[in-house]
Amino acid sequence: MDAASALADLTEISSQVVAAAVVDADGALLGSTLPGEPATERLVQAGTGLFEAATSRFGSSGRSVTQVEAALRDGSIFVVREDGLGIVARTSAGPTSGLVLYDLKTCLRAVAAAKKPKPRRRTAKKTETADA
Amino acid sequence: MRKLLGLAVLVGGPLYLRHRRDAGRERVQLHFDDGSSITLADDSPDAQPLLALARRAL
Repeated sequence: MDAASALADLTEISSQVVAAAVVDADGALLGSTLPGEPATERLVQAGTGLFEAATSRFGSSGRSVTQVEAALRDGSIFVVREDGLGIVARTSAGPTSGLVLYDLKTCLRAVAAAKKPKPRRRTAKKTETADA
Repeated sequence: MRKLLGLAVLVGGPLYLRHRRDAGRERVQLHFDDGSSITLADDSPDAQPLLALARRAL
């Protein structure tokens, strides 16, 4: 499943997610639910900045930040990093955090699974038997 | 039955009011890879720069 399909599933499953974007480990955009590039760029930059600020302030060698939720009066911003991928999502006000985080992680895992190379199936060689 | 109802209101009332108060407050919650998490209330100095960053995305 590519990022666009995973994000389409996410917005279909979770009515609380208003917008979301998936980025890779380098911050390159893999997919977004937002139609315009400026809006996507703003969401990704704010989410990445939020995650990096939280990591620099609270991360340590012993533990690293994996999820950030910033709850505001008008809505919430979620950032989740997993398997070298990241997702930034904007929700309506007062979301059910646990459910949203679960849905975001499910989306990330679907994208990660699509990125992994599929193991090649070995086909058994047909042995020709010559009838004598 | 009335005593039970009174007890439920006495215990549940403050809990409900506290839940409603907290639901309207701005906050930042961080989860770590070791399973721990911290919540920064809006009056915390650490929360302010993070909330300002989040406002840019809304």
